[in-house]
Amino acid sequence: MLYAILCYHDEDTVGSWTKEQDAAVMKKLAVVQDKLTKQGRLGPVARLLPTTSATTLRKDDPPLVIDGPYAETKEQLLGFYVIDCKNLDEALDVARDLGAANPGGAYEIRPVGVLNPGSIKP
Amino acid sequence: MTDTAWIDAALTSARPQAVGALLRYFRNLDTAEEAFQNACLRALKSWPQNGPPRDPAAWLIMVGRNVAIDDIRRNRKQEPLPEDEAISDLDDAEEALAERLDGSHYRDDILRLLFICCHPDLPATQQIALALRIVSGLTVKQIARAFLVTEAAMEQRITRAKARVADADVPFETPGAVERTERLSAVAAMIYLIFNEGYSASGDTVEIRAPLCEEAIRLARLLLRLFQSEPEIMGLTALLMLQHARAAARFDAEGALVLLDDQDRSLWNQKMIAEGLALIDKAMRHRQSGPYQIQAAIAALHARAAKPEDTDWTQIDLLYGALEIMQPSPVVTLNRAVAVSKVRGPEAALEMIEPLASRLSNYFHFFGVRGAFLMQLGRNEEARVAFDRAIALANTSAEAAHIRMHLDRLMRDSQPQGAKAGK
Repeated sequence: MLYAILCYHDEDTVGSWTKEQDAAVMKKLAVVQDKLTKQGRLGPVARLLPTTSATTLRKDDPPLVIDGPYAETKEQLLGFYVIDCKNLDEALDVARDLGAANPGGAYEIRPVGVLNPGSIKP
Repeated sequence: MTDTAWIDAALTSARPQAVGALLRYFRNLDTAEEAFQNACLRALKSWPQNGPPRDPAAWLIMVGRNVAIDDIRRNRKQEPLPEDEAISDLDDAEEALAERLDGSHYRDDILRLLFICCHPDLPATQQIALALRIVSGLTVKQIARAFLVTEAAMEQRITRAKARVADADVPFETPGAVERTERLSAVAAMIYLIFNEGYSASGDTVEIRAPLCEEAIRLARLLLRLFQSEPEIMGLTALLMLQHARAAARFDAEGALVLLDDQDRSLWNQKMIAEGLALIDKAMRHRQSGPYQIQAAIAALHARAAKPEDTDWTQIDLLYGALEIMQPSPVVTLNRAVAVSKVRGPEAALEMIEPLASRLSNYFHFFGVRGAFLMQLGRNEEARVAFDRAIALANTSAEAAHIRMHLDRLMRDSQPQGAKAGK
């Protein structure tokens, strides 16, 4: 069984770390990731840029683009994609295509700051 | 992190919202600040034992308000603080209070708090000092250090600014849309000033002034989180990040200024650049251009160039052209001329800046840039005169040292090349 682990933390706190503190945390996490990689158990890992860089596409008809992160609480996180795009417009185009295939709910689009593609072969 | 570091971080990040709400209750800055201070003292006592509250800002507002009201009731008799138990049912009340602190209120609370620091009667330096004291919660000592003045002088500056703000009569009603936009633009300008204070530091002071840049970025992010659909606030935040991303490359080991073309680009903070680029990208989608967005777009073109010669100067020229229309200023034209010199050569650039001479006759950069164009044209004698004038007008020792470097090169070059350089 594959499991996704979703990371939550207070953005203000993480954002106020110094470069050194941030690097120290990333280094400790890398140790855990390396162990999993060696065991062939690590899939993609992504660190997202802050929510201020987020855009949300409400999958209404027509779809509605809203600045900022997804703020509602009545829907739940059900999955995610990592896609390669030149800019936000391209990412929104992909989200619109996905939304047309599966209407209802919303997509939050966030730039990825760090990506480790992992080595897992399901 | 140590035991108390998380409390400090929580207090700092809750501060604008908490002081803003307390200001709305008490309509007096000193009372609001004192109430917040008292709430912080209690937090330091209570949080290590009981753990952090679910909503630190709500907790601080609640406690700060209760303590202040108690103080007022006791007519400010000098008595010790009441025991924590005497503050009514903190935990039960917290939830209800948090609900009353609805989003629309706290947005305007923070905006008001920032806005009172931007009073037009206050000179820029006082606006910044006041914002750093009230909104960011830096100590007078820290601010004095960043401004390179004594603590006593800074104390006086802040006291004076506060007195003026107290007389200013800031309305406490929820602002209308037009008023909110005006406040937002005044606050954005103030944040930009804070950044510039840090950014214009010279090599020997950069270490103690750089925190001003970081604080400005923190405030810009705060503003952006409150006003998520304002392209100019996205532009401002992007601009600050893209400029600050180059911080490590801007000075050499001796503290001398390193110009963009000569910077070691591997020292640029790529993470900050990525975030700045994402933000400007997001802003552009609104198709509502503005000065911060344009400046951020220019900074983005520099950030995207892996080598100086990869820089898209044609696009930069166009962007400065747009900025000139939006915000006509000889300084913008001067910056545009640098792009023009790269696209169409120094002759065209020099022609462009000649009409600015009278208005920029006391401006360091004008003579630095003019000298550089003249030097490129081989008009070394005129270049030397311009550089001499620039040194006389330099604001920091780093600026002067940088021009002296040009002069030295000129002296070296002009001896063997003097004859063929003349036209």
